[in-house]
Amino acid sequence: MSYGTLSLTLVFVLIPLLLSKTLHLQLEKDVLIATVRSIIQLLAVGYFLKFIFESDHLVYILFMVALMIGVATGNARKKGSKIKGITWKIALTLTAIEILVQSILLGFHIVPPTAQYIIPISGMAIGNSMVLSILFLNRFQAEADAHRDQTELILTLGGTPRQAIHTQLTRAIKASMIPTIESQKTIGLVQLPGMMSGQIIAGADPVQAVQFQLLILFILLTTAAISSILLGFLSYPSLFNERMQLLKEKE
Amino acid sequence: MNSIEPSAIHFKHIEYETGEQHILRNITGSISAGKITALVGPSGAGKTTLLRLCNGLISPTAGEIFIDQTPIASIDPISLRRRAGMALQSAPMLNGTVFENLALPRQLQNRSLDKKEAIKLLDDVGLKPENLKKSIRELSGGQRQRVSLARTLVNRPSILLLDEITSALDPSSIKEVETLIKRLNEKDQTTIIWITHNLEQAVRMGHYAWVMAEGKLIEAGESSLLKNPNEEITKRFIKGELV
Ligand SMILES: Nc1ncnc2c1ncn2[C@@H]1O[C@H](COP(=O)(O)OP(=O)(O)OP(=O)(O)O)[C@@H](O)[C@H]1O
Ligand SMILES: [Mg+2]
Repeated sequence: MSYGTLSLTLVFVLIPLLLSKTLHLQLEKDVLIATVRSIIQLLAVGYFLKFIFESDHLVYILFMVALMIGVATGNARKKGSKIKGITWKIALTLTAIEILVQSILLGFHIVPPTAQYIIPISGMAIGNSMVLSILFLNRFQAEADAHRDQTELILTLGGTPRQAIHTQLTRAIKASMIPTIESQKTIGLVQLPGMMSGQIIAGADPVQAVQFQLLILFILLTTAAISSILLGFLSYPSLFNERMQLLKEKE
Repeated sequence: MNSIEPSAIHFKHIEYETGEQHILRNITGSISAGKITALVGPSGAGKTTLLRLCNGLISPTAGEIFIDQTPIASIDPISLRRRAGMALQSAPMLNGTVFENLALPRQLQNRSLDKKEAIKLLDDVGLKPENLKKSIRELSGGQRQRVSLARTLVNRPSILLLDEITSALDPSSIKEVETLIKRLNEKDQTTIIWITHNLEQAVRMGHYAWVMAEGKLIEAGESSLLKNPNEEITKRFIKGELV
């Protein structure tokens, strides 16, 4: 695609702008910001990746992965600002996911150890883990706040913090994993996954594209399970103090 | 209050403040071991807060509490809460059956409650065995309060902290619960703090009474003091001028 053709695609931006204007949705500013940001960010990433793929140097790969974890952590931590030490807990979760995924992929020689594979797969694993972390934290805080009386009841009867928060914790873990599992049930029927579509458009063999997509789907399942469970077990203790008292809700 | 009697709970210059509110102010006093102390006072006086301090659900912001002469801060929170059982007016329940709720204190210790024990517990609070299989949702407010009390008794606490546990009961159930509490107190020497808004109940059930208002302990003595108080605030409270 040439930049000339690409600029024609801006028609797709004009449509929501015009609709927003006529219907007074007041979304013009956000649409423009989103457009400009996506152009700049993606182009920068494109050129940067090109550079990294060509050099294929471990330091660049590590830098790129660290950057992804950093940005994803920054994004997810806003949702868990009530939980003490949430930043490092999310960072630890994302790092654990990345290490696990890459050790399986590279350890079993499922993909070659090159930047071309490591970076996009890391991006998907970390990105998914970030979304899962946000879903989990939202739900966990809502559950914990809504059922404070149950938590205190169990503490009152001589239960541990872990026992007192167990129901809310598992409910939040389950709820945050459901979208990943559900979307995989209808995948290919309702929507073609983005990566696969991209590969097919770029001219890859559809069957090979499917194989890679399956790999990614299974990775996403693992990241979904591990992120919410790991983050859950890292974050619930901060709802209590060392005297096993349920801390006050904070704003 | 008889100063020779051993104290089960001793409060020493207790303050409790949250960020915005000063809830308890300089509470000093002893709860006699093996006796029933009625705790009365207008709404918002800090009665529930004082109970929550006794089983370590919260800690004082200043001052010290002693349970059987041991500083509360040095008692393991779990054993403290099993020793000082609390039952609440709101009678919070887990979803499920009456039996599951009764078994909960055991389940938390990876132990089970057998059916016989459960039936005995229900009987103690005046509920029939067939209630065991009932879902919590099918219970009336008064039945819930009694299940909640029975559940508190599963841990065989030596201190009982009761927070308006008869507020939703009819007169005959109130009588049953009062008889049960009296029996626990006489038979097992259970120390009891009983928050109630019913002053007749306080006089009838309490060996002693504590009157609280605005976060302070106004006066303490034999429960008959409620009929003949010394303090102006208590007089106004009893006349119904403070709510
Ligand atoms: N967790 C809390 N956070 C903030 N304020 C609280 C909290 N718990 C209680 N309070 C405040 O502390 C004061 C005393 O409350 P407490 O529940 O101890 O009173 P009480 O004597 O039990 O009243 P009632 O007879 O209505 O049950 C009240 O002003 C209440 O608003
Ligand atoms: Mg109260």
